[in-house]
Amino acid sequence: MWRVGTVVALRDETATARTITLEVPDWPGHAAGQHVDLQLTAPDGYSAVRSYSIASAPNSQKRIELTVERLPNGEVSPYLTQEVAVGDHLELRGPIGGWFVWRAQQTEPIQLIAGGSGIVPLMAMIRSRASAGSSAPFRLLYSVREPEAVFYRDELEVLAHHDDSVSIDYAYTRASPRNWPRPPARIDAALIASATWPSNLFPTFYICGPTSFVETAAGLLSANGNSPDKIKTERFGPTGERK
Amino acid sequence: MPTISRGFSGRRSAADVKLPPGQYLTTDFPVLSAGPTPHVPLDKWEFAISDGANVLRRWDWKSFRELPSETVTVDLHCVTRWSKLGTTWEGVSLDTLFADLNTDASHVMAHSYGDYTTNLPLNDLRNKQAWIAFRFNGEDLAPEHGGPARLLVPHLYLWKSAKWVRGITLMHHDKPGFWESLGYHIYGDPWREQRYSGE
Repeated sequence: MWRVGTVVALRDETATARTITLEVPDWPGHAAGQHVDLQLTAPDGYSAVRSYSIASAPNSQKRIELTVERLPNGEVSPYLTQEVAVGDHLELRGPIGGWFVWRAQQTEPIQLIAGGSGIVPLMAMIRSRASAGSSAPFRLLYSVREPEAVFYRDELEVLAHHDDSVSIDYAYTRASPRNWPRPPARIDAALIASATWPSNLFPTFYICGPTSFVETAAGLLSANGNSPDKIKTERFGPTGERK
Repeated sequence: MPTISRGFSGRRSAADVKLPPGQYLTTDFPVLSAGPTPHVPLDKWEFAISDGANVLRRWDWKSFRELPSETVTVDLHCVTRWSKLGTTWEGVSLDTLFADLNTDASHVMAHSYGDYTTNLPLNDLRNKQAWIAFRFNGEDLAPEHGGPARLLVPHLYLWKSAKWVRGITLMHHDKPGFWESLGYHIYGDPWREQRYSGE
């Protein structure tokens, strides 16, 4: 069933990513980690559909936020990050997905691992934890190209300083801030060892990012003795336009 | 009446390409998996057909690879909306694996290393419609795409083509597998756009 949402706010996260707030009158609610299918239709009836993760926590306002990264050769993401204006209507269906989901009843330690725009569904989990008043210990490892590519920077900054049960580690792959201890590099065993919960705490892992990133992270965590059924992954390829 | 997206023109596929509804064409090969990629050594690999109580047929890698194989060129349709056309696979037909096996089962559950499951009607695995594939575009199937061997059922959405497949259990009624229990369609025909449960 397609629903119609109205764009009520737009916010740039980075030079290439934008958060779209949609008001969806018949929104049935969602769980953190779920996504929507979003459909654009041209005047001649041609339509294109892509999936985008929901960034916002479940709430009662019938509003959801999507954060969309513009892909250089994308068909849908350039429209969503450059053309869409407040007041426009967008068709969507969802929420979709019942596996890559965090629910407030979960009390075990949670390890979130984001590669680039893979932060989006994980941010929904962090926000959901806060809005539900959960005290589940959360840890986020956020691998990103450079400091300017960090989504939700101010909000994460506040969280990191005011909530001692959400701890955040950044890892940079191309350019790091001045005097950053780790030179720019892809994730590796040493980073996983220093910036994620150890397996003896029996954490649940949520890993979201490009395929190679997720393969590497999930492989390292399995090798460290974590049970595969506690490692939940969501991957997107160059053409997936997921997130 | 669809909502027109002001200022959207889109990028159409070539006119002679016929895709199932709601799909778009891709030329690369995205990976979608719910968890870590299992790495199955060939000397530990096996594939079995069981009726739930007893193993009816079993192959190790050597005996499996001694079966006659086929090379097929098929289109792939993923529920996440990409389609990839003209992919070439080598595999053993399920007709070969089911030869001489008499059963009145109506459905099967495919099981994978890593505990993934997916359900299918038995008829959808027969009559040149399904393979256990071990080569893709002339090369050994990579682990992230389901190697050493995956189920290939190209007429259904790709989640039915279980990666890292290790066996099939015959059933006398339909039962949801992994994604089918999490909101996805029990059958999954891309041409009827059976993406989600209730469609």
